[in-house]
Amino acid sequence: MKNKTSFGSRIIAAPYIVWSAIFIIVPLLIMIYFALTDQNGVFTIANIAQIGKYKKAFGISILYAAIATVITLLLAYPMAYFMTKIKISSQRMILLIVMLPMWMNFLIRTYSWITILANTGLINTFLGKLGIAPLRLINTPGAVILGMVYDFIPYMILPIYSVMSKLDKSLLEAAEDLGSNSFSKFRRVILPLTRSGIISGITMVFVPSVSTFYISQKLGGNKTMLIGDAIEYLYNLGPSYYNVASALSLILMLMILICLAIMNKFSGDDEDGGVIL
Amino acid sequence: MKKDNIVELKNVSVSFDGEQILDGLNLDIKDKEFITLLGPSGCGKTTTLRLIAGFLEPDEGDIFFEGNRINGVPAYKRQVNTIFQRYALFPHLNVYENIAFGLRVKKMPEKDIKTKVNEMLELVNLKGLEKRNIDTLSGGQQQRIAIARAIANHPKVLLLDEPLAALDLKLRKDMQKELKKIQEQLGITFIFVTHDQEEALTMSDRVVVMDSGKIQQVGTPQDIYNEPQNAFVADFIGESNILDGIMLKDFSVEFSGQKFECLDKGFDTNEEVDVVVRPEDVDIVPAEKGMLRGVVTSVSFLGVHYEIIVDIGGFKWMIQTTDENFVGDNVGLYIEPDAIHIMKKSEYSGKYGDYSTYSEEIELLSEIDEEE
Repeated sequence: MKNKTSFGSRIIAAPYIVWSAIFIIVPLLIMIYFALTDQNGVFTIANIAQIGKYKKAFGISILYAAIATVITLLLAYPMAYFMTKIKISSQRMILLIVMLPMWMNFLIRTYSWITILANTGLINTFLGKLGIAPLRLINTPGAVILGMVYDFIPYMILPIYSVMSKLDKSLLEAAEDLGSNSFSKFRRVILPLTRSGIISGITMVFVPSVSTFYISQKLGGNKTMLIGDAIEYLYNLGPSYYNVASALSLILMLMILICLAIMNKFSGDDEDGGVIL
Repeated sequence: MKKDNIVELKNVSVSFDGEQILDGLNLDIKDKEFITLLGPSGCGKTTTLRLIAGFLEPDEGDIFFEGNRINGVPAYKRQVNTIFQRYALFPHLNVYENIAFGLRVKKMPEKDIKTKVNEMLELVNLKGLEKRNIDTLSGGQQQRIAIARAIANHPKVLLLDEPLAALDLKLRKDMQKELKKIQEQLGITFIFVTHDQEEALTMSDRVVVMDSGKIQQVGTPQDIYNEPQNAFVADFIGESNILDGIMLKDFSVEFSGQKFECLDKGFDTNEEVDVVVRPEDVDIVPAEKGMLRGVVTSVSFLGVHYEIIVDIGGFKWMIQTTDENFVGDNVGLYIEPDAIHIMKKSEYSGKYGDYSTYSEEIELLSEIDEEE
């Protein structure tokens, strides 16, 4: 925030600062400490240097998260646009439906896909009744990406909808008045004015997707090793692997920060619905 | 289709949610004229404008542009441009890009766009602001950018939807003159919407007075003011005393229990009529010399003149006079034949033109209502 903070607001912010210090800053420092030391607590960059072994996991994580983000955007943008076109009471209803799954733990929601996609699951049982051979749905990259899209799509719809619903209708009429057909109206007015919503949607979908491990384990089987899985796996091997796991976490975090910085560059100075880095 | 009409509305009706907004409207708009749609809020004036712009389709009736029916032609294909009430400038574009918007859509070469934008900035006196952000501009400057953005496209008709409503009085007066000047300079048709009768009278070649989705009167500002067709028009344009009268014969009318000479004719013998007398057309004379006699019940000083209310047999007249009078004075009224205007009875008869409930507060309140 650029505004000068008053004494009063500092007092109100104090609990939050203490909270962030204990639960965010301190763990981060611990992680950095582990990442840059060996088991005896001596400084080393050997852990970081091991990143080469996990190139594939990093690559797949970024690729899957990017694909999931693009699909989410392609689904959510028209959805948000459609929502602003209908009457307010229906908008609220759809908003509620969009948010409803968020009230449930996402582990449970992910788990429920197993019963749908499994070899003896809902879809294959139905196909079997029609005499069609079962499809291999679960334990595929497609299932992982589906899980990501399903779990994170509300985080794309909400920021885009919130920016889109604030769009001044007279600007659209002005664009038409000045000769814009639907496509040009979209390209020259709607898209630039909803960009901040798109950017924050992309951030809010990409970041959890790239670092997820649960979705890939449940829907991807053991075939897809995302970087989140690698980190979890190493931690589970015991204290002697904490240093490498921390190093991977640190690298992942830095990559995400770089992505966010690039995103924020594109979002311009319009902060409506934007993510503050 | 007359040759010099650029826009024609034929029997146009529009309704929203069962509410009739426009009711069989017929209007011919001449090429190159400055025409104003005037009326209270909800009278259908903005709806009429939106029909011509193409943001709205009529339920019934036809719209013609240069003789061609344009029902169903989308807004972006019409040769009209609009200046919106709150300007609707694009917040993500700077001044230059806002003005260039329509030209870029038309894929005009960059060099020509530059020339055109500069020409427009010169026309609205805003040279040097090209790179400025829209939200750093004052209301008056935004207004000018909106004008520049619209006319950069060479519209044949410019539609203006209460464009001056958000400006303060001084700026509004300046912009009225400027708009009129721009209209004459460009030689295009301006269709101007306002609820401000003074604005309508000063700027327009012709005024269209509207109420409840119907046109009440079309005419030059002089016609509208001097020869109102019904009590609504007489009341909406300026101040009027409107009395029940009986037309005894041509050039003779009776009201307030007296016979008066007038200049109107063509009514049936003993036809009931509405009689309009403008407050500035009544002379205050000593009581014994007056054609009507009454008692002053209220006096307000307005600078140029006094506005006094005179009770004559229970009907309260508003009179504007430069002579000082006091509450309780017995005065006489003298009315010249050319100060009397006779109108046919209409649905508006009896609703307007009596100042018995008149007070400054009520006038102020009704102005606030109109602003909203």
